[in-house]
Amino acid sequence: MSLHLVVMGASLGALEALRVLLPGLLEDFSSALIIVLHRDKEESGNLLPLLDTNCVLPIGFPVDKEPILAGRVYIAPPNYHLLIEGDHFAYSMDEPEDNARPSINVLFDSAAETYGANVTGIVLTGMLQDGARGLAAIHRHGGAAVVQTPHDALAPSMPLAALEAVPSAQVLTLVEIGKFLAKMTH
Amino acid sequence: MAIEIEDIEVLLLTEAVYQRWGYDFRDYAPTSLKRRIRRCDELEKLLSISSLQEKILRDSDCMQRFLDQVSVNVTSMFRDPGLYRAFRATVVPLLKEQPSLRIWHAGCASGEEVYSIAILLHEEDLLGRTRIYATDLDQAVLERAKEGIYGLGLMKGYTENYQAAGGKAAFSEYYHAGHGHVVMRKDLSKNIVWARHNLVTDASFNEFNLILCRNVLIYFNARLQERAHRLFYQSLAEGGVLVLGRQETMRLTPHESHYRTLDGREKIFQRMI
Repeated sequence: MSLHLVVMGASLGALEALRVLLPGLLEDFSSALIIVLHRDKEESGNLLPLLDTNCVLPIGFPVDKEPILAGRVYIAPPNYHLLIEGDHFAYSMDEPEDNARPSINVLFDSAAETYGANVTGIVLTGMLQDGARGLAAIHRHGGAAVVQTPHDALAPSMPLAALEAVPSAQVLTLVEIGKFLAKMTH
Repeated sequence: MAIEIEDIEVLLLTEAVYQRWGYDFRDYAPTSLKRRIRRCDELEKLLSISSLQEKILRDSDCMQRFLDQVSVNVTSMFRDPGLYRAFRATVVPLLKEQPSLRIWHAGCASGEEVYSIAILLHEEDLLGRTRIYATDLDQAVLERAKEGIYGLGLMKGYTENYQAAGGKAAFSEYYHAGHGHVVMRKDLSKNIVWARHNLVTDASFNEFNLILCRNVLIYFNARLQERAHRLFYQSLAEGGVLVLGRQETMRLTPHESHYRTLDGREKIFQRMI
């Protein structure tokens, strides 16, 4: 798989974090950025317009079996697990994992299995520990692991759990993660 | 390496299940199928998918448990309330033009969404002239659906859904409460036919004014989705309506041009030609 994926997970504090990160992405962004946010399922309608206003890249919920393209931002819609399946997306309504659907672990696991070293996993602010197991899977398959600096995060538990699972992960503040992403260009 | 071996095991297992029991999961979307097979493996306390295969070939109870795990039966009453509001606005007026109605609910699982649509049709004075064919591949869940017995603890959430869906009465009018469970009112299911049908292997069996198939096609690969869409197209009357799940689409299918979109967000389509 020559396409490079950046998979990102965030929970409490996610919208604030994305308002910092997304404006930093420019048209020459060469990866596909795929984001799981834990949201209340009824809020979905408000989510996209909010994110769209400060992102120059095409951003949206993928439809089932939609091909994954570089230079785009994909958001997992509420109430479904979003999975990577070869060159396209897939959905499932399996039971929530760690009380989450969409689950960061489910996205990360499927990305790691298909894309191996061509995956960067990023765990941002959030309560509980979703994303830790998935980040370990990405690391095990040769991908890069990045975790938001816990004291930089509104809710440090997800970053702390991720660091416990992958102690060698790069630890970056939100601003540094923005710069890290901005370097992923053609 | 381990991953490649598991992929081979999934192929062999689905072939074995098909040869032995006739259930065809060979064209299911592989990533989520593999996840559910792994979970089944864990529940059976087995260490490999090959061991699961050995057990399933010889043990029909194990096969039934496998079916429960692999065919995802997650559902609820008035799930996605916005759909029912859109349905009242865009589909009900079309249905009211018809002297009699045939509806196919494909992949109905334990029946919650079938009762939901029956309640809506009742409130729109349409249920009396309607026959609903509710089908699933799994006989065991169909039996549960037919009984119409659900946990009392679920009713609070269902009542909220019902109200958000534009319900016109009190939701409690539609069931009788017992100890820890409720039984759906029998007159709701008078015109419902519960039947086994497998979208993967079975053919069209009637012509319908409305087909609902929500969150089933996401588990199929592109080839199987195409088969299901052909089946739906062949089974819909001209002007008939197809309702899919929120993340499902006519896009990327050969039948896209045969439909017009009645509601893009709720995935309601009408067959035009």
